[in-house]
Amino acid sequence: MSQADVRKAPLFDRVFKPEHIVLENGHSVERPRSRMPLILLCLLAVIIISLKMTGFDFNVIVRRAKELTVILGQIFRPNFSYFPKIVNPLIETIKMSIIGTIAGCAIGLPLSILASSNINHNKPSLLVIRFILSVMRSVPTLIYASVLALVFGLGTFAGTLAITIFTVGIVAKMLYESIETIDMKPYEAMVSFGATTLQAFWTACMPQILPTYVDDCLYCFELNIRASSILGYVGAGGLGVLIRERTGLRAYNDLGMVLLTLFLAVLIIDFVNDYIRSKIS
Amino acid sequence: MTVYEKLQAEPKNLWKRIVLFLVLLALVVWGSDSISYNGVAAQGSVVASGIIHGITHPNLELLFNLTDAGVPYLILQTIAIAILGTIFGAILAIPVSFLASTNIVPKWIAYIFRALILLIRTIPSMVWALVWIRVTGPGAFCGVVTQSVCSIGMISKMYITAIEDLDTGILESLDAAGCNTFEKIRVGILPQLSASFISTAIYRFDINLKDATTLGIVGAGGIGSPLVQSITYSRWSNVGSFLWALIVLVLIIEYASTKIRNRLARGRS
Repeated sequence: MSQADVRKAPLFDRVFKPEHIVLENGHSVERPRSRMPLILLCLLAVIIISLKMTGFDFNVIVRRAKELTVILGQIFRPNFSYFPKIVNPLIETIKMSIIGTIAGCAIGLPLSILASSNINHNKPSLLVIRFILSVMRSVPTLIYASVLALVFGLGTFAGTLAITIFTVGIVAKMLYESIETIDMKPYEAMVSFGATTLQAFWTACMPQILPTYVDDCLYCFELNIRASSILGYVGAGGLGVLIRERTGLRAYNDLGMVLLTLFLAVLIIDFVNDYIRSKIS
Repeated sequence: MTVYEKLQAEPKNLWKRIVLFLVLLALVVWGSDSISYNGVAAQGSVVASGIIHGITHPNLELLFNLTDAGVPYLILQTIAIAILGTIFGAILAIPVSFLASTNIVPKWIAYIFRALILLIRTIPSMVWALVWIRVTGPGAFCGVVTQSVCSIGMISKMYITAIEDLDTGILESLDAAGCNTFEKIRVGILPQLSASFISTAIYRFDINLKDATTLGIVGAGGIGSPLVQSITYSRWSNVGSFLWALIVLVLIIEYASTKIRNRLARGRS
């Protein structure tokens, strides 16, 4: 091994020298030491620190497991007579996610065009838009909802707005990633004919990304149904209001009914989405 | 002329487009009362200006406070919750996903376990936290337990795909070479699964980190609970510092996890 190679090798291989094996035919090869012990050691240290920090205590789980079985037992015996009171919040939740998804996907499309490096060649604006999109994605929907509920009052408007903001961030990211992998030749041909960027994008790129776009929108809709069902917990309307109320009153049979309804709704929506997907592809 | 003919030969889907448009329009009209705008709440404008002021003027003292109430500790605690939740979830998911793979166990057992996975996935993590909080009491411990359970759902779903894609031809050739069961698992199965298992776990860690904040709202530790308390009590500069810390944390983790997963997918670069 020459001096240059030594410098190039990672720190690990310089500390723990590779094993030198001389083969029967006189040649020699080097086998780098396994990094597994080091990784496991680091992982173990991280786990121990985390256990200390979170106050994890397995005994508590074993000792109080009965509590859990009681609650779960009640949840699994749903109170069917509670169903009429669930219908309205459920419809509210579905409406919130539909409007939030449509609005978010509509706003996300132009933003994703601005955020894809093969369409937008202006580096500063590209980076600014991508940064804004990441910030939008990194704040949880529930935090948006709790702030917006204070600004616009309790109700579905705050929830819908929260879902819209989150959807914009996520749809735009998924879309610009797929825009960046498309075939750019039709686009260049259009530009050479004298089309503007927008015209060229609409006719040459849109047909290529349309299936992915629809797929992403449906995926977001599925995410949003699940997300919007808990938004009511901070007062943004929908099923979450009931979830908060019923757990507060320890009426777990009613909670079980809410969850069962949500489960069925999600199942039906997933099924419909799968059907639409199979039609598209 | 050929260009014109080609254009004529394109399928006409004007009707499809009109129907699609009408369906979307109908959905929007039907759902539009969810955005019935009732004007800004009584204190709305105060809150709005407060939050903007808070984000532009974060509480720096809180941001660099090294005690239990400071941002660095809360961030570390959030990370700790996500790490433990992911690791426990990933370990618990291994037996569940093997028992739900149709190429390992009989179909009817697999379907029972798939129903279990579906159940875990559908109950929102917040509801799990509300249930577990009665067992563990409020705090980070509750967050860990909740995430361990919730992670099983999604992780198992990804594990099952990896398990059902197993190349069993290798096991036959190992049989032919005279390997025992342990050796077959060590060299025939583990190398096929480890990359996708680790990749799934890292992806889930990414999700759990964001989820840990949400769980804080119901009292399951991490940065979420003080954040929501600050929002409720209108301490906007504290909200600003929590939000900035959260955004930076999520951006770093997202970047790192994408890097690691790309490396796992393409092998050592």
